[in-house]
Amino acid sequence: MSLRKLFIANRGEIAVRINRAAQARGIATVQAHSEADADMLGVRLADEAVCVGPAAAAKSYLDIDAMVDAARRSGADAVHPGYGFLAENAAFARAVQDAGLVFVGPDPDTIDRMGDKAAARRAAMDAGVPVVPGSDGRVDSEDAALDAARAVGFPVLVKAAAGGGGRGIRIAHTEDELRKLAPQARAEAKAAFGDGGLYIEKVIVNPRHIEVQVLGDGTDAVHCYERECSLQRRRQKVWEEAGAFGLPDATRAKMCDSAVALARAVGYRGAGTIEYLYDDAADAFYFIEMNTRIQVEHPVTEMVTGLDLIGLMLDIAGGAGLGVTQDQIAVTGHAIEVRLNAEDPLMQFMPFPGKLTGMRLPEGDGIRFDHFLYEGYQIPPYYDSLLGKLIVHAPTRAQAIDRMATALDAITLDGLKTTIPLHKALAASEDLRAGRVHTQWLEPWLEAGNLTSAT
Amino acid sequence: MADIQSPLPGTFYHRPSPDDAPYKTDGDAVAIGDTIGLVEVMKTFIEVKAEASGTFAGYVAGNETPVQAGDVLARLS
Repeated sequence: MSLRKLFIANRGEIAVRINRAAQARGIATVQAHSEADADMLGVRLADEAVCVGPAAAAKSYLDIDAMVDAARRSGADAVHPGYGFLAENAAFARAVQDAGLVFVGPDPDTIDRMGDKAAARRAAMDAGVPVVPGSDGRVDSEDAALDAARAVGFPVLVKAAAGGGGRGIRIAHTEDELRKLAPQARAEAKAAFGDGGLYIEKVIVNPRHIEVQVLGDGTDAVHCYERECSLQRRRQKVWEEAGAFGLPDATRAKMCDSAVALARAVGYRGAGTIEYLYDDAADAFYFIEMNTRIQVEHPVTEMVTGLDLIGLMLDIAGGAGLGVTQDQIAVTGHAIEVRLNAEDPLMQFMPFPGKLTGMRLPEGDGIRFDHFLYEGYQIPPYYDSLLGKLIVHAPTRAQAIDRMATALDAITLDGLKTTIPLHKALAASEDLRAGRVHTQWLEPWLEAGNLTSAT
Repeated sequence: MADIQSPLPGTFYHRPSPDDAPYKTDGDAVAIGDTIGLVEVMKTFIEVKAEASGTFAGYVAGNETPVQAGDVLARLS
């Protein structure tokens, strides 16, 4: 059964991407939108559009009942959740299935399992994937947290067992600090997620963030190699690459094989990402979590492999199986993506929801811009600040950085403050070019004034 | 009478968090620089501060409602 009509339960650039991928496969689209998003590009591209609620995301893009009701009434046979919002919400996936529609993604039970950090870690260990030393499952008391921290050694990360997206994570350097932090963390976890369970993990100093893209059909799974996402600010990715620079081939193979083993072990269906911390000095990697959805940075993988990941998600959801075998997936060249956000990097990244009065976009071989912009578009203030993603592809990493610098010089988005100046400064950074970067590199680099002196 | 306007478009909140009391209630004294509410813009919370002193005369924009830059959020008398 291939899909006929797809309901898109998301907004912004990913809604545009999903509309195009579906329409290219002859699948009609229904774009969900809030009252504040009636004029967004996804609505203009879609075959149909339906308003699901007011501007506030809690009453529209996060409202499971409103979303499922709209999907059912639209006559769609499947729902694509995109990323963020309800994409990793098992209750939403279940409600979609209960309404008789296909959820484009994994089984709700898989979302539940991989969404719980302790359960995900157990699944990884069972599949033979290396994990960061940490507590044996969740800890539900301060004493248990202290015991676990003593066993793995300080400093330790204190996380909500049910959390996600970097929220509620604290670092404790000493036992005294942990005694102070643990009750706060428990109260915050309880308030944010309705579950006060904690998880304790050893801190890997200055790790890199490397992740592996997988595709599964519920039985079999393949990997689409790795991405390097070490450049982060406030735990949000800023600049992403495929593949990871300077990674020994044997380590790459182990990372990718581990990811496939885990995807198979949990019967993964759809596109997913296994995230690792990589310790350069020790050449060691550790499972952090699995994201059970398409990721913002999926285009770099598409550029180096030639795969259409969103299209493959739709094929898999329609029952066509993987459609690609491991030996058909190979990497050509190097790709880089930068996130263009409506923020002023010279003013502490203050959000800037302005009106786009004009735009000039870079063109040429190996340049792609995934976005939801058009001239005259008023960026709504109610959602995140991502405007689009500029992606380049070139034979080597050095050439890709050069191409990114050229593309950034050629793009103008009039009327807005954006993170373009940040990316220009990064593209000119010798540390970045030499690969002397890790997840703790960008924030001190910004604090040292590298951005202001480069512009 | 003085109006307190929104510096940015976004969602206006009367309270620091859903469980807290509103920043101000009618009749409260307001000093220059007092926070009277929050505007959430692109997932960032900006404090709205009074630029004049006076007596709080009520919120004009509702709690958790969309506002545009320049909209009147509250009044002082």
